[in-house]
Formats: sequence, C-alpha cells, structure tokens
Amino acid sequence: MAVCIAVIAKENYPLYIRSTPTENELKFHYMVHTSLDVVDEKISAMGKALVDQRELYLGLLYPTEDYKVYGYVTNSKVKFVMVVDSSNTALRDNEIRSMFRKLHNSYTDVMCNPFYNPGDRIQSRWALLPVSASSPGGPYFLCPIQSRWALLLCPIQSRAFDNMVTSMMIQVC
Amino acid sequence: MDASEEPLPPVIYTMENKPIVTCAGDQNLFTSVYPTLSQQLPREPMEWRRSYGRAPKMIHLESNFVQFKEELLPKEGNKALLTFPFLHIYWTECCDTEVYKATVKDDLTKWQNVLKAHSSVDWLIVIVENDAKKKNKTNILPRTSIVDKIRNDFCNKQSDRCVVLSDPLKDSSRTQESWNAFLTKLRTLLLMSFTKNLGKFEDDMRTLREKRTEPGWSFCEYFMVQEELAFVFEMLQQFEDALVQYDELDALFSQYVVNFGAGDGANWLTFFCQPVKSWNGLILRKPIDMEKRESIQRREATLLDLRSYLFSRQCTLLLFLQRPWEVAQRALELLHNCVQELKLLEVSVPPGALDCWVFLSCLEVLQRIEGCCDRAQIDSNIAHTVGLWSYATEKLKSLGYLCGLVSEKGPNSEDLNRTVDLLAGLGAERPETANTAQSPYKKLKEALSSVEAFEKHYLDLSHATIEMYTSIGRIRSAKFVGKDLAEFYMRKKAPQKAEIYLQGALKNYLAEGWALPITHTRKQLAECQKHLGQIENYLQTSSLLASDHHLTEEERKHFCQEILDFASQPSDNPGHKIVLPMQSFAQLRDLHFDPSNAVVHVGGVLCIEITMYSQMPVPVHVEQIVVNVHFSIEKNNYRKTAEWLTKHKTSNGIINFPPETAPFPVSQNSLPALELYEMFERSPSDNSLNTTGIICRNVHMLLRRQESSSSLEMPSGVALEEGAHVLRCSHVTLEPGANQITFRTQAKEPGTYTLRQLCASVGSVWFVLPHIYPIVQYDVYSQEPQLHVEPLADSLLAGIPQKVKFTVTTGHYTIKNGDSLQLSNAEAMLILCQAESRAMVYSNTREQSSDAALRIQSSDKVTSISLPVAPAYHVIEFELEVLSLPSAPALGGESDMLGMAEPHRKHKDKQKTGHCMVTTDHKVSIDCPWSIYSTVIALTFSVPFRTTHALLSSGTRKYVQVCVQNLSELDFQLSDSYLVDTSDSTDLQLVPLNTQSQQPIYSKQSVFFVWELKWTEEPPPSLHCRFSVGFSPASEEQLSISLKPYTYEFKVENFFTLYNVKAEIFPPSGMEYCRTGSLCSLEVLITRLSDLLEVDKDEALTESDEHFSTKLMYEVVDNSSNWAVCGKSCGVISMPVAARATHRVHMEVMPLFAGYLPLPDVRLFKYLPHHSAHSSQLDADSWIENDSLSVDKHGDDQPDSSSLKSRGSVHSACSSEHKGLPMPRLQALPAGQVFNSSSGTQVLVIPSQDDHVLEVSVT
Repeated sequence: MAVCIAVIAKENYPLYIRSTPTENELKFHYMVHTSLDVVDEKISAMGKALVDQRELYLGLLYPTEDYKVYGYVTNSKVKFVMVVDSSNTALRDNEIRSMFRKLHNSYTDVMCNPFYNPGDRIQSRWALLPVSASSPGGPYFLCPIQSRWALLLCPIQSRAFDNMVTSMMIQVC
Repeated sequence: MDASEEPLPPVIYTMENKPIVTCAGDQNLFTSVYPTLSQQLPREPMEWRRSYGRAPKMIHLESNFVQFKEELLPKEGNKALLTFPFLHIYWTECCDTEVYKATVKDDLTKWQNVLKAHSSVDWLIVIVENDAKKKNKTNILPRTSIVDKIRNDFCNKQSDRCVVLSDPLKDSSRTQESWNAFLTKLRTLLLMSFTKNLGKFEDDMRTLREKRTEPGWSFCEYFMVQEELAFVFEMLQQFEDALVQYDELDALFSQYVVNFGAGDGANWLTFFCQPVKSWNGLILRKPIDMEKRESIQRREATLLDLRSYLFSRQCTLLLFLQRPWEVAQRALELLHNCVQELKLLEVSVPPGALDCWVFLSCLEVLQRIEGCCDRAQIDSNIAHTVGLWSYATEKLKSLGYLCGLVSEKGPNSEDLNRTVDLLAGLGAERPETANTAQSPYKKLKEALSSVEAFEKHYLDLSHATIEMYTSIGRIRSAKFVGKDLAEFYMRKKAPQKAEIYLQGALKNYLAEGWALPITHTRKQLAECQKHLGQIENYLQTSSLLASDHHLTEEERKHFCQEILDFASQPSDNPGHKIVLPMQSFAQLRDLHFDPSNAVVHVGGVLCIEITMYSQMPVPVHVEQIVVNVHFSIEKNNYRKTAEWLTKHKTSNGIINFPPETAPFPVSQNSLPALELYEMFERSPSDNSLNTTGIICRNVHMLLRRQESSSSLEMPSGVALEEGAHVLRCSHVTLEPGANQITFRTQAKEPGTYTLRQLCASVGSVWFVLPHIYPIVQYDVYSQEPQLHVEPLADSLLAGIPQKVKFTVTTGHYTIKNGDSLQLSNAEAMLILCQAESRAMVYSNTREQSSDAALRIQSSDKVTSISLPVAPAYHVIEFELEVLSLPSAPALGGESDMLGMAEPHRKHKDKQKTGHCMVTTDHKVSIDCPWSIYSTVIALTFSVPFRTTHALLSSGTRKYVQVCVQNLSELDFQLSDSYLVDTSDSTDLQLVPLNTQSQQPIYSKQSVFFVWELKWTEEPPPSLHCRFSVGFSPASEEQLSISLKPYTYEFKVENFFTLYNVKAEIFPPSGMEYCRTGSLCSLEVLITRLSDLLEVDKDEALTESDEHFSTKLMYEVVDNSSNWAVCGKSCGVISMPVAARATHRVHMEVMPLFAGYLPLPDVRLFKYLPHHSAHSSQLDADSWIENDSLSVDKHGDDQPDSSSLKSRGSVHSACSSEHKGLPMPRLQALPAGQVFNSSSGTQVLVIPSQDDHVLEVSVT
C-alpha cells in the first residue's frame, strides 16, 4: 500500500503524481521532488553497471521519520517513485519490487497508446480545453462542444494506468 | 599462596579483555617464562576452523595468564564466558625422579582432580628443561624418564597434553625450536577449547532462544547471554562476529515490536512501553555504557535505553571495523525506527522529548564519527552524514516552534514551562562530555535557553546542511532546507533574508516543472515581497498566483484583488507605471484582420480583432489596451508595391498565437517547430532575382538558452516601448476566459506596420506583452491611377472582332461623373461599339462593388468611353471589341517554286520563320482623365493565314494553285474565293477548278485552290494575280459587321512552255529487256515548242541567216544512283529557236540494279557566254580540262550541287579562285518553260543471268 506514486520524466518534471491523503498532496510533491536528488545520485553511481545488469530498481532512496521513499528507473530514464508509510512493515523489498514492475508494465501500456505523446503528462481526467490550446492533429480525441471549446477525451490507456495506481494505493500487496 | 587471598578480579569490559589461561605448578618458573610467552603467543596467526560451516579465520591469539585457583573454574550453570578459563597449564621444571615422586606428582594429581571435578578437559602440562641444572646433577636419569612418567601418569592416551620446553631463556636454535613447538601446541589447544566451549555456549544460547515463546522468557536475560558471546568475539577481535550477535538481537527485538503492533504481544515487551522519562540521547563515547547495560540486566531499561545501548555497541564495533559511514547510515535508520516503534507501541512521550533525543543523538553520532576520521574523509563522505545534519536541523526547528523560540515575541510562560520540562528530561550532562565545549548536550541546552541562541544554532545547522547538500549536488534537498529557513525568517519578520531562499527554490521548481511546489513557493514569495514592499514583484507574483489553477477560487480572487486594489489607489507619483508581463494576466490567442489580407490603401480603414484569454478569476476593467506599432517604409521593394500586395498577400487574415506553456520546462519535443520561409531578394532596378535562400523566422525561440525560460519571474525583461503609432481600445472589461477586442485604425502613411507590443493598463499597472510573436504586420499602400489594356485571348487575330480588356486602377484618383477615356483611332483598327457592354467596379481587394453600362461615343477620329463613377482604390474593368482590318497584308507567303520571284514584304510586317503568324502592331493613344499625358497602347494582331502559290504545267497547259494555311487555333469558314488578273488583259482567262463555294478550314490545316490559265493569243510574259477569299470564324453564327475578305497578291512569270524534253532508254540490240551490267542506250529528245518569243531575247540568242538559235546545256543526272552514265553526261547544244525544232542526244547508260527503274533526270540550262569583263585572262585549256563550270544557279537546290560534287570534278561553285576567269554561265530555265514529258516513266531491268547474288532494292 503506497501513499504516493509518481512517474517522473527524464527531464525531471512529473508525468504523473498521485497521493492518497489528498490534503497532503503538497508534502508528497516536495518529498518526491527532493528524492530525485538521490535518484540522480544512484543513477550516476550505477552508471554502466545499471545498464549491464538491467537492474531498474533503485531501492530505498531515503527514509524519513514517517515514510520510506523507493525509486525505480526505466531504461529510458523515466523514474518511478513510490512513498510508503514507515509503519507499514508488511512491505518488504520484494513487494516494492513487484509493485514497481507492475507500474512499469502499466506505464509501458500507456506508452503503447498511439494517442499518447511521450513526454506528455499522463492525463486521467476529463478536461475542458479551448480548441486553440490543442495542437492540430494532437494526441487527443477532441469533441467540440462549442466553437471555442472542446472536450478532451482522455486516452483509455491513461485510465487503465490510473486504475492500476489506485489499486496499488488501496490494496496491501 | 597470596594469590588466593586476592579478591576476584572484576571483569572489565574493555578491549583489553583476553581469554583467560590459568597457570598452576611452579609460579617462579612461569614468571620467568611469561614475558617471552606473552610476547610470542600473538606473533603467529593460527587458523581457526569453525563449526556450522562458518568460514575459517586466521586469528592472532592473546591470553590473560592468571594463577590457577579453584574459584576460577565455573560452577555448574554459570554462563559467563568472559571469565571462563579456556586452558589450564601446569608448569614444572622437575628433572629429578625423586622430587617428582615426592612433590610434583601429588601436586599434579591434585590439580587434575580439581579440573576433573569441574569437568574441564582443556589442560596442558609443560616441563621446562634446563641444561644448567642437568650439568649440576650428573646422576639424573635421562630426561625422558620424567616426561614419560608424567605422560604415563596423567596423559592417558593424550600424550600431546604434555610438552617440553627446552632452555626457554637461552638464545639458541634448539630453544627457538622448542618454543615454536610449544606455542603451536598452545595455540592449537586454545582454539580447540574455544571451538568446544563456544560451541557449547552457542548451543545453550540457541536453546534459550527457542524458548522465547514460553511465558517466562525474558528478552533481557537472553540479551545478556548473547551479548556474552559478542563480548568473547570482541575479545578474540572477531568484531564481525560480535556485530552479528548485536544485529541478531536488534532484529529479534524489532520483530517483537512489529508483532506487538500486529497484536501479538509478548509480556516482557510491555515493560519497554513505560513512558519515556529520559531523552538524553545516544552515548557513543564509551565502548560500553555500563549504566544502560545494568539497567537492561535489571530489566529496568526503557525502549530508548535498549536501543541506545544496542546502537552504542554496534557503533563501537563498526568503528573497530573502520566503517564509520555505516554508523551514520544506521544511526538515521535507528532514529527513524525508534520514533516509529514508540508510536507503534503507543508509548507516551512528552511533546518535544523525542525531538530532543533525536537531536542529541544526531549530533552525538556526528561528533563520534568526526572524532575518528580526518577532515578529508569527512568531506568526501558528506553524502552519508548529511542526512543526520538535515534531521538534526529539522528537529531543532520543531523544538524551536514548540518552545516558542521562533515567534516574534519570544516564548510565553507555557512555552517556558515546556522548555523546562524538556531540559529536565535531559538529566545532567555526562561526565565524559562535560569538558567538551561543543557537546550535543550543551548545544541543545543553549539553543533552548534563549531566542537568540536558538536562532544562532538553528542558522548554523541550516547553513551547514545547505552547504553540504549543495556540495554533493543534492540541489533539490538544499532548496528544500532553504525553504524551511525562509519560513523561519518569515516568522522572524526578516523577509529580506527569506527572499533569496524562496527565489532559489522557486527557480528550481520552475526549471523542473513541479506545479504544486511552484504555487506554494510563489505564495510564500508573495507574502515575502509584500512585507518587503517590492510592489512590482509582489504584483507580478500576485498576477501569476491569480491565474494559477492550483489555488482555490478564493485565493485567486484575493491575489487578483490585491492587484486591483493597488491599481485603484491614487498614486502619489502620477504617470508612474508598474510594468508587468502580460503572460499571467491574459494571453493573446488569435488575431483577425479585416480586410483579411491585412493590406489597406491610404485612408482605408483596418480592423484588427484580437482574442485575449483573461487568466483572472474575476472580470477586470481595463482602461485601455494599446498595441504599439512599428512603422517602416520599405522603398524600392517589389513586395511592397500595391500590385504585389493586393495580388499576393492572400491569407485568411487569422493569426493564431501558440499557447505558452509557461510553467513547464522545455523538453525536447515541446520546442517550437522550425518556421522556414523562402526568401527572394529582387534587384530594385529591373526586378530580377538577386539572391534567394531559406530563412528561419523563429530562430530566437529555438536558440535561446534553456535557462532563460525561467526568467518569466524577472520583471526587468519587460520594457515599455514608446512608439508614435499605436492602436488603442479604451474601457474594456476583460471577463475571465476569452474576450474579443477590436481595434480600428485609419491608414495614413504608406508602409509596413508591425505590431510590436500589447499593453493593457489597469490604473497604474501595465500588463505588457513585450513581443508579439509570430510577427504580425499590415501594409498600407498608395497607388497611382493606371490603365491596363490587354487582350483576352493569348493573341489577337487580325480580320475578325477580338475582345480587349481595359482595366482602370483608380488608385488615389476618384472617377467623377463625366470622366472618360479618349481613344485616338488608329487607321486600320476599328473599335466596335456594342450597346450592351458593361463596366464592373471592384474594390482593390477584388470585392465587386457595382457595375454600370458603358457609354461609348465614336467620331471618326476619337472614340470616347465614359467611365462609371468609382471611388479611389477601386478597379474598373470592361471589355471592348476591336477589329484589325486586313490592310492588304498581301504579297505574303513563300512560293514553292524555284525561280519564282519572291514577294516583297511590307516593312512593318515581321516574318518569322516556321509557322508563326505574321503580326501587325496598332498603336492607340489614350487620354486619361487623371493625366495630361496620353497613354500609348500597342496592340499586336496576328494574321491567321499563310498563303503560298504554285504554277503547275501539263504540256503547254498551265494551272495556278493557291494554298491557304490556317495557323491559328480557330476554325474558319472560307467562302467566295476569287483569283483575278490585276493587269486585266482580256486575252487571259482564269478558269476556276474549285467546286465548292463554301469551305471550312480547320486549325492548322490547309486548303488548296486551283485555276487553269487560258489564253487565246500569245501569252503574256508575266501575270499579276490577286487571290481573295472571304472568311469568318466557324464557331460564330452571326457577326454584327461584315468582314473584309482575305487577299493575297502574287506574280507569275515565264509560264509559257518553251521546250519539251523526252528521254527514252532502249535495251541493247537483240535484247528484249535491259539487263543489269549491260549498256543500254539513252535517247534524249529536246523539242522547241514555240517560235521566237520575247523571253528568248537574251545573251544566249544568236542570229544567223535570220535563223535564231540559242545555246542550251543538257545534263543527265541520276540522283538515286540507279544508272551509271557512260561517257559524257552533259553537253552544250545549239537549239534553233523555231517551233518543232528538235535535238536528239544519245548516251550510254548502264543499269546498276534490276527492277523498274525511274529514268535519270535530264536537265536543261541556258548556256550564256561569258561577259566581256571576264574575257581578258581566259585560258581556254584550263576550263576545258577541268570541265569546270561556273554555275550560276541562283535558287538551285542543294542535292543538285552535291550531285555536281559527286561526279568528282573540282567544284567551282565557290567563285573566289576563279574570279576574273572568263567563264560561261549557266542559267536554269524557269520551271514553266521546260516540260519533261518522260518524267515518271520507268524501265524494266532484269538481272543478268550470271549474277549469283540477287540484289533487290526497294525504293
């Protein structure tokens, strides 16, 4: 059971971030952002060895009093960060590993979606966008409502991803 | 013995502990050997083989040798290992059997019995031999006997339990050898003892551990047992093994806590759940914290005590193992873990107590590590320790907040009480740190003592942490700590110090696009800027926040209101503007021009409609929205001419502005696409292409530094441009979302106007969009009135009505009522007036505005076209029909015939080669109302036909053939063809052989007309004819006017036949047919058909006896090489000029091929004597021998001259070398004068019989 799951782009901006106690969203944003320091450190420390061994799991990035932050990096340097409550002693390394693997699979599905542009935020909500805001031929199904507004239909794969994250946050793995 | 009186030596748990070995027997002997023994024993390592498959280890053994006492032997059930004697040695130097029997044996037996009683089997008997003693006592038995005796008596089967040490104090090889053997034995036995005893201990310990589920089991008891093992390992310097013992204990305890949390409580654990009363932190400066150990032993330890003690032991061992960084890492884990465990076990902890404990512990660990490492090591391992620094900072901060040390007013009484309670829990400072100035205890106490002291310590810690994070590249963590620091400064009402940290953090978040942290930090920054009175910055941040969707509606409204409040308050410095970037306030979405091509003429009205997307949560009243326009005149630029602008600049007039993705970092794929354009630079003078290339219009977007994307925060980048040209729109209320704003302007000066900046002013606040991108321009032009006349079709055809389009571009001139175009009539061009012709009036943007009937008045000299009324910058278009009269274009056309006189060309007509039409130019001068000068328009008409004529003969009958070729694309109908003799001789008759009076002539086709010439009397030497044919376009049904016919004049000369030439070929005599290879005879018959005529009177005519004769030259030429002419192929004959005069020529020819062969050509030339001018230097021989003739064949065709060449004679047609030679001249007879009656006949030639090869030539 994770309290926060984040997918971070190669350039270190968040592609997706979600946390369960929503009132504390900001705290987790800060925490995940800060954890990138350690992720960067680990990636550069592993260097070539990482590529050779194909070990994507970075392990515990750093513990805090209340949370443990784990990291995972894909071959394309997309990072997954998972924050787990420290009191949750049921989650051992192996469970975290398997959760990351599931997350990675789900993310791969998102990437496989032809309507998803790599580097775009993984949108999972309905959004009302001005027509001009979307590039023509963009990755979305735009369903015009009025002349200037269009409903952005979120790609289905992103919903699947969102559901997967939700399940990871709820169930005890 | 006095040793027995000594009290038991206290076990001192220090590194100095060594395994105990007891010594019995001769104490003096042992004392003498001891120094060497204790020195030699650890010198050599020994391999220690371990049970349970543990890896063997090399171990340096040391021992603590004590005098043997029975009390030392452990009693049954005593588990102490540290005091356990691992080996018992009996020392003796007895060499005398008597002595042995008397005392030593008894002593040994007693010793053995004691050992046996305690079931101790680890013993050794050492017999020291001394040569000196031996010498003194000569009667001694051989030394072996004593050893043997002892072995016999005691070492039952264990002979190795008795060793001999020879002369231990001497320095000889034998001594050395004996020492080595002894030491090896000693080490081996010691290790055996360790293995056995530790193994037994471990077994017991395991048994005890397995009982942990039993009710009475105590963790503390077990702890002590396993720690004993750890001590022994430590004693043996096996720190790794010792650490394992503690780690096992740690894990066991942790598991109990976890299980307890899961509801599986162990009784003994409840004891650890007692409220925390003391929080004095870890103590790492002593190897063993006896105080804590005893409290565990007494089962009085709290959880923190146990954890502290356990960690202090682990720390000690790790430091022995030279792993200080693991200490730091484990410390952080431990501290986090303890906090969690206390929570889990629901231990009541006074507020702040844990913070104190953690703070002290962090500093203690750090100081302990610093104490055992040098500066360089520490600096290179910051990554390991920085977590502790950060944790300590965090804890100190929360203590500060708890104790009211951060607030502006300082702590209140409640805070002070809390502080006192917290300090009480620290207890007294421990003696070992009492003398240290910077001890954690002192630091904490000082920090909590006053606001100032707290600030000092907190800042020290924070700065140290930030510095460390920065130095190892953990920028994000450093910024995060910095933000805490900023918060502290804000609490302390020192916003000027907070700002830099907030800005730094914000920049970092902006660079990486973390929306929520950006919003949060910006909110803090706004407050900071507000306190600092940085109005501009505050307003800018506010505008960013007001447009931030991560804030609640109320917060956004608040920040928006802040801006509006500021804007509405009267400024003490009127005219002072606060310039803010527009991006956050509103975004320019699109722009729409009307007229859509963004081109207006001077005085025209241009509308620009923009869509602004307001980001504000509430409607904002904007006093004015201003667009600064940059004006530039580009002279001599083809692109900026009115024609070019109105024709080429066609767009839909809508420009979309890309939505700015402001808060997100620029990733690779979000860069704008390249905007490439072709570029043509034309020369101003002749409009030719000078250079061409491709330019990238948005290079400034692509090549800008990535970092600068965060400069959005910098207000300094926005500069207000002051321009003379502005578009203004006043009093606009911008609703949240999209707003349409329309600017109207009247164009004044011609040139290019570029929209530069967009400003919206709200009171004294100006929101400025510094650059409008993509570039938006509109053009203003002025234009001179102009008249264009151009044919509707590709080319105008003469003779039929053609449409011509008149285009009047009014430019700045306004066409008034009564303005007209005055066309001076050209002679041969009619302007056909049609009643229903209309003029269309368009605006310059090609929108039709009106149409009007055109009034055309024609007099004989001038045609006046009255123009419809049209405003300036409009276009009037109308069409007129014109007709070019076929002004006797006439002696055109080329004759097919040789010797025909070429018709003369009219000087103006341009004859082009091939099938181009003959053209005629007509110039019309037009007077326009706007100019005093006339405009001269040239119209070019093409004659659609080409005509040729030919004279045909049949004996003496003559025919004239006229060929009319249609060169145009149109089909025509020809009618009423006439051929008349212009000389009007009555004698001559032209009889038409044409059957049809009407005949179509299609495009690119020809029609032939034939007339027979008939005369009654003597034919005239020449004939002037005029051919005329009526024509009209085939497609058009009815023409308003009757068209003039097409005429063609030509002259025919010398058309009367004078000679008839007849050639015949006869087979050789006696043969029926000609055969190849055999000579045949060619007979040429030249017959004069008429008497002397006018045409015969020339130089060749000679008169003798009233008989006229003329000289002719004949020539037989076979161009197709069918025949070989044998002998002379030409000759000169004198021909009587009389009717029926005949000349016969015989020649031999040989057919070269078989088949029907055409006869060779026979040609006749007039043979003219040389002129007198040529005669002087005539060398008769030369021209006879050479057979060279100067042939005056004007108009002779090429094959003819080549046939001359082929005959092999030195050709002399080129006259330069014969210049001046008196040469007779040949003149071809005009075609009409010679009739070849045998032309077209063929002769059958059969192949010769002896031919083996039959050649068939098909021609």
